[in-house]
Amino acid sequence: MRVWGNWRHARRGGLLCLGSAFAVPVGAEMQFNFPAPASPAARDIYDIHMLTMGITFVLLMIIYAIVCYSLFVHRKSRGATPDRTFHLSKFARWSWLMVPILVLGVDLTIAGSAENVLHQIWQVPKDEDMLEVKVVGHQWWWEFEYLDQKLNIESRALPPAKAGDHYLREVDNRLVLPTGTRIRFLHTSADVNHAFWIPELGMKKDAIAGYVTETWTVLDREGVFRGQCAELCGTWHAKMPVVVEAVSPEKFGAWVEDQRKVAAAAAAEAASDKVWSKEDLMERGRDAYNKNCAACHQLDGKGLPPAFPPLIAGQPFPAGADLTKPLADRGFFADGKIVLGTVDHHLDIIVHGIPGTAMQAWAQLNNLDIAAITTYERNAWGNDTGDVVQPADVEKARAASHTAAAQ
Amino acid sequence: MSTVTIHGHEVHDHSHATPTGWRRWLLSTNHKDIGTLYMIFALLMLFTGGLMAMLVRAELFMPGIQFLQPDLYNNMVTNHALIMVFGAVMPAAAGMANWMIPLMIGAPDMALPRLNNLSFWMLAAGGLLLICSIVVPFLPGGGTPVNTGWTLYPPLSLQVGMSMDLLIFTIHILGISSILASINIIVTLFNTRAPGMTLMKMPIFCWAWMVTAFLLILIMPALASGVTMLLFDRHFGTSFFNAAGGGDPVLFQHLFWFFGHPEVYVLLLPSMGIVAHIVPTFSRKPLFGYTSTVGAMISIGAIGMLVWAHHQYTIGMSLAAVTYFMIGTILISIPVGLMILNFIATMWRGAMSFETPMLFAIAIILLFTFAGMTGVMLAVIPGDIQYHDSYFVVAHFHYALIPGALFGLYAGVFFWLPKWTGHMYDEKLGKIFFWLTMIGFNLTFFPQHFLGLAGMPRRIVDYNLVFTEFNAISSIGAFIFGLSQILLPIIIIKTIRGGRKAGDKVWEAAEGLEWTLPSPPPFHTFSDPPVIK
Repeated sequence: MRVWGNWRHARRGGLLCLGSAFAVPVGAEMQFNFPAPASPAARDIYDIHMLTMGITFVLLMIIYAIVCYSLFVHRKSRGATPDRTFHLSKFARWSWLMVPILVLGVDLTIAGSAENVLHQIWQVPKDEDMLEVKVVGHQWWWEFEYLDQKLNIESRALPPAKAGDHYLREVDNRLVLPTGTRIRFLHTSADVNHAFWIPELGMKKDAIAGYVTETWTVLDREGVFRGQCAELCGTWHAKMPVVVEAVSPEKFGAWVEDQRKVAAAAAAEAASDKVWSKEDLMERGRDAYNKNCAACHQLDGKGLPPAFPPLIAGQPFPAGADLTKPLADRGFFADGKIVLGTVDHHLDIIVHGIPGTAMQAWAQLNNLDIAAITTYERNAWGNDTGDVVQPADVEKARAASHTAAAQ
Repeated sequence: MSTVTIHGHEVHDHSHATPTGWRRWLLSTNHKDIGTLYMIFALLMLFTGGLMAMLVRAELFMPGIQFLQPDLYNNMVTNHALIMVFGAVMPAAAGMANWMIPLMIGAPDMALPRLNNLSFWMLAAGGLLLICSIVVPFLPGGGTPVNTGWTLYPPLSLQVGMSMDLLIFTIHILGISSILASINIIVTLFNTRAPGMTLMKMPIFCWAWMVTAFLLILIMPALASGVTMLLFDRHFGTSFFNAAGGGDPVLFQHLFWFFGHPEVYVLLLPSMGIVAHIVPTFSRKPLFGYTSTVGAMISIGAIGMLVWAHHQYTIGMSLAAVTYFMIGTILISIPVGLMILNFIATMWRGAMSFETPMLFAIAIILLFTFAGMTGVMLAVIPGDIQYHDSYFVVAHFHYALIPGALFGLYAGVFFWLPKWTGHMYDEKLGKIFFWLTMIGFNLTFFPQHFLGLAGMPRRIVDYNLVFTEFNAISSIGAFIFGLSQILLPIIIIKTIRGGRKAGDKVWEAAEGLEWTLPSPPPFHTFSDPPVIK
């Protein structure tokens, strides 16, 4: 990690104030200040950060100097005699006015420069076209919708083995953005509150269900910028990285074309009438399950009781009635243990979710993926039901009324 | 300064026999006994909350998940905060108010002694309910633990199991307890002061508590209404905070912080009141700027009520709204700065000696000023866009609350322990305790500023490798900090059991009615009011 700015010198024990000019060697991994800005807004924020830190640092040193002087000089052991009328002096009579005026001056200096920056970054310019990206927070992944390009990207943390040095800060699909282009982000959430944060872009905005908030930025250099969810969003809050890949506008155009082709091919495959073999479905199912379902239900299907149920028949699930009752209603829970209900109910849970619990509706997955996941769940980890679910079955489940399952 | 007449310690025992055994404590209406109960409760909770902090820091010692599964980790973070705020700091400050306010204003007891008993035992009941909320997820069918942080933001808090309901009722009971105690303190301060003690002659600790009590009465209902609506959303089909039903998740945030921000001053002001007694005593000269300190405390309370949304800069408020909250927040630096200046000017040209209470008071002045500086940085919105919900915030509020609230209470314990017990504490142990605490505290929280600036969000159970070094340093600091706190009960117990006898006026330059009484003061004091000239 790069250490940026000369604040490094200042922070190492206030060396700056002593006039020391040499840089203290620090561990390659240690970072003391903001990462290098990659947008004009982040640069402005960095400057205001350094300004407020500078002002407060100087003030702090003055106050500390006065206190230290007093501690040294005005001590009984040095034979000091207390000035018992000091609180009646002229200074005392006017200090209640002098100090606030002084502090107000400092406050206005800081607030004034903050105001200037705030005006530039807070409101999104309305006068020109922007690249618009809708950012939707989910438990626990990000969805990026390029509104003009009609492109939808799902971004999930990679497992440690694949992420390597970028442990918890690498994703399967990055948020690819062009440099030198005004970009407007629209933030919202599909479930609980999240917050979209990329330090290099000087950008943080909460994603709140029912709200659409906006931010904007211009990337002024290429690179990979890593941030993560900044608002506690439940169990895997720590596993919600945001990785921005800034590329030239040409590369961005090519990337959009590639993504469209991939999406079209996947859609065509999923929509075909082909009848899939169990082996194919199991293989696809494992990948899709590990990507979409394992965050809660775990790679081994054992879940995380009492929050997330296991998916293995016979496993105990010691949870509250708020979770076990809807499961029992759908035929997936009996006598304190998980049982496997019918394929129809299984598909219903995946397509429509279980309202009032963390199990969301997964209708955005295509029929093939849902068929594969269902087949995988019903045959993996010793479930061995032999059931094979085809995309056509999923189509039927989508059409079926959701209430059917709640009986 | 004042002439005091004390009669009748010997004669009034026939009218009020001192109760003994369990009745003395359970049915107590004596302000000293209830004060002691409050402080014992606070000490137990301090160590419970501290243990949770140790678990959190152990988990964060290195990357990866070692000890705590994510939900349990989030639960520890949540309950550490709730226990420290509602269980440790507030009860300890209330205990000292109970003990000291009647002694300071020359009253025989609190104005409403039975209410006093009720507020303590409701607090104890609330503490028990809070423990239930922590334990219940470990039982079969107990649901998930509260994993929302102490802010309890919906919709996340709507997903939690029954431990959230227990927590909601805990907050109700603790809220009622605080409001009752506050009413009692206000009534006492207005009605039972000794003849001649006008409001502007009242000791500054009493003023600090006056402001605190008013704040509590004003803010607690906001929190209570917020969590009640949460309860209704969870169980009775309402949608106050559910956007899908026409509700607003952000409304809860406003209600919470309308309580939550003034709550910071609730924690802070009593301790600042204590510092305002200690600094003059050990500088051997009167408090500099009594009137402006009182004015500063009232202003802090008043402005503090109006700036809550600076905790929510990132929710997408309008430019006008955030500008107002930014400027309001920055303006708080004026009364706080004035208060700090008065403390420093009290030390100036004094004849200082450095007993443990004074050491803590000086540490508070230095460290709290530092927290004030990072507070101004956080108030500035462009900067806050980066700092918000990062470890910079965690570092900032621990620098504000540990020196600003906890160390003030420690200073009060050492300052008044000889008065309460009749014995001097072990000065050498006290100083060792002070220095270990300072080293541990700064080692724990200073590196967290860097973590926040480098981009580590708060409330995460696991982190990227770039954050490893500072987290390891912080955890080592936390273990030193945590272990050194064991000295506190040792010193207290040692002092209760014996030690050099303390005189009436424990400290050479101490001033006030409380120092005219014997140490320890008799069970009933000031049956006849002293007269202040």
